[in-house]
Amino acid sequence: MTKQQANWSPYDNNGGTCVAIAGADYCVIAADTRMSTGYSILTRDYSKISKLADKSMMASSGFQADVRALQKLLAARHSIYQHQHNKQMSCPAMAQLLSNTLYYKRFFPYYAFNVLGGLDNEGKGCVFTYDAVGSYERVGYSSQGSGATLITPFLDNQLKSPSPLLLPAQDAVTPLSESEAIDLVKTCFVSATERDIYTGDKLEIVILNADGICREYMDLRKD
Amino acid sequence: MNSVDSIPAKNSLLSSQAESERTLYPYVTGTSVIGIKYNDGILLVADMGGSYGSTLRYKSVERLKPVGKHSLIGGGGEISDFQEILRKLDELILYDNMWDDGNSLGPKEVHSYLSRVMYNRRNKFDPFWNSLVLGGMKKGQKYLGTVNMIGVHYEDNHVATGFGNHLAQPILRDEWHENLSFEDGVKLLEKCMRVLLYRDRSAINKLQIAKITEEGITISQPYALKTFWNFSAFQNPTLGAEGSW
Repeated sequence: MTKQQANWSPYDNNGGTCVAIAGADYCVIAADTRMSTGYSILTRDYSKISKLADKSMMASSGFQADVRALQKLLAARHSIYQHQHNKQMSCPAMAQLLSNTLYYKRFFPYYAFNVLGGLDNEGKGCVFTYDAVGSYERVGYSSQGSGATLITPFLDNQLKSPSPLLLPAQDAVTPLSESEAIDLVKTCFVSATERDIYTGDKLEIVILNADGICREYMDLRKD
Repeated sequence: MNSVDSIPAKNSLLSSQAESERTLYPYVTGTSVIGIKYNDGILLVADMGGSYGSTLRYKSVERLKPVGKHSLIGGGGEISDFQEILRKLDELILYDNMWDDGNSLGPKEVHSYLSRVMYNRRNKFDPFWNSLVLGGMKKGQKYLGTVNMIGVHYEDNHVATGFGNHLAQPILRDEWHENLSFEDGVKLLEKCMRVLLYRDRSAINKLQIAKITEEGITISQPYALKTFWNFSAFQNPTLGAEGSW
């Protein structure tokens, strides 16, 4: 029998879009809940946001199986950290751990595009943005995944954050209030859903602030 | 003679020996599996065909199997890989049973195990060439999930693999609801299987339905669906496209 299939690939792109915005005393992390493969939708209700510690949440798109393996690994590493230090890992520490974890698989990468959002040791909002092999940067806002090409320029335009080239360095945190940031995120996703077939179904928004964590959902187009 | 030439490429990933020990493409395959939640449990359906390429090689392959007391698995793709997975699950359930502590693995645990096994094999570039559906019921909780050969996994109220994702899911999204009775659930699944029978060339008209409830697992005897081939489009498919063959 001759070979009928195309060569097997260990990777797939399951789509999805992630956004995070840092404010002075809050952080908003959001992602849609659609999971696709090619032109097919696998499920309309799959959460891409995982809680890594009390004050850090990771939103991930890309290849679901790799994302899940990454989440499990970080959860295991965090439970060891808690046993050793009897405290929750800080968001900047988790950011470094995530980078190292991604780079550890530099030559067979996790096909995962992450944004890590949370509160730093001063209670200030922080966002870390990554590529698949672990390069990362602390920013004021970020978007990753299939809708990132549509959302990033819109956020650049709306948030007008100070240039990272300015000296002395300016704070990257956005000037928006918490509710303004949530509205902005919703607008971003509604627009991305119109043009990106891999984004849609439902939007999950996680808000981190001094009061703790709260979740919000909004329906998106299902086509 | 160059000394390098005389060394056989023993451990090279490209050597034919290493290649012959990996599933690079499937041999005997089963087609779609469909699963739904209903009133008091889970229903799974699959036909009994085993295709060797486009040849219908086997006609009595059991693709729905119980796993322990609380779970039910349905497999599509390479049949031999599926049977190896069943062997591994048997072992898992046996070793779990040997603790004799009154605890037993539920569908959630079995699904998690399967996801890790499938993902682990894809990491070794030696995948189990399957799409699996896992249904189960434990302590009043219904469970329905799926995994594929690269480890992508999720839960839903209704799942379908392969052609089923294209042809059956739209029907299920239209007609599925939380309070389906057993009879309505079976009717819905049969409707899906009939569509697959008409449009999926490797689907055959010999299928089994399995159900799992709080009371236990039952897998039906093989049976056939009533079909109707007298649709005018079936009888004269080129009528609407004159000028073609």
